[in-house]
Amino acid sequence: MKEQNYIKLEFLSRSANEAFARAAAAAFASQLDPNMEELGDIRTAVSEAVTNAIVHAYPDSIGRISMRLRILEGQLLEISIRDWGRGIENVEQAMKPLYTTGGQERSGMGFTIMSSFMDKLRVRSAPGKGTTVVMQRAICPRVGSR
Amino acid sequence: MNISSSYFSGRLTLFLSGELDHHEARGLLGSIDDLIEEFMPRECVLELSGLSFMDSSGIAVIVRSAEKMRLLRGRLSIENPSAQVMRVLEAAGIERLVPVTSGNMGGLL
Repeated sequence: MKEQNYIKLEFLSRSANEAFARAAAAAFASQLDPNMEELGDIRTAVSEAVTNAIVHAYPDSIGRISMRLRILEGQLLEISIRDWGRGIENVEQAMKPLYTTGGQERSGMGFTIMSSFMDKLRVRSAPGKGTTVVMQRAICPRVGSR
Repeated sequence: MNISSSYFSGRLTLFLSGELDHHEARGLLGSIDDLIEEFMPRECVLELSGLSFMDSSGIAVIVRSAEKMRLLRGRLSIENPSAQVMRVLEAAGIERLVPVTSGNMGGLL
């Protein structure tokens, strides 16, 4: 599918960067003129994916996280969040609602929210190598807009 | 993010504002725990009209706080979530666990 625009950002797996990542994603997505609900869904899904990388990919260390956003033909926003951390042994299990290996402040709902807020969600992971989460969301053209 | 509280006749209202994510969750959970232990309310209300963003970290905070109130034989409820917060609450099915009400602006107005 034809790529019309993209950005790529890299940041450390510090929790202070969660707010930065979702704000940057929302700022890039705004050129598609999303409505409030679409923008909220994008911010939430990015926050979930980045938090997963921070909490699970690098549990005892600080590592790299890269976020790529692409605009594809047909008002399609693609978000990829990649890390080079611990990886996920069993992706299917990790994606189950309420499943978590995180602590008290995790709910096990991250993947559930990503998949219900995005049109497509794909997770690729290899133990010791890292994880890539790719999400797509079509942004509805607004009546009367450009 | 910020938290402020008001207590009246067994009802502790906690006003949350700002953005609630994993970065903020642990500190907030500690603050809520401390306030519940200080006031020992029958009812604890999380008033969310000032909360501009919440992800699944907020779900964990709500679930833990509800457990805490249950141990004290009290109950937790949620008031006035924004549209974004409401979508996260719905996706997580939180309404099966904690009552959510909108439109009651309480002492805010």
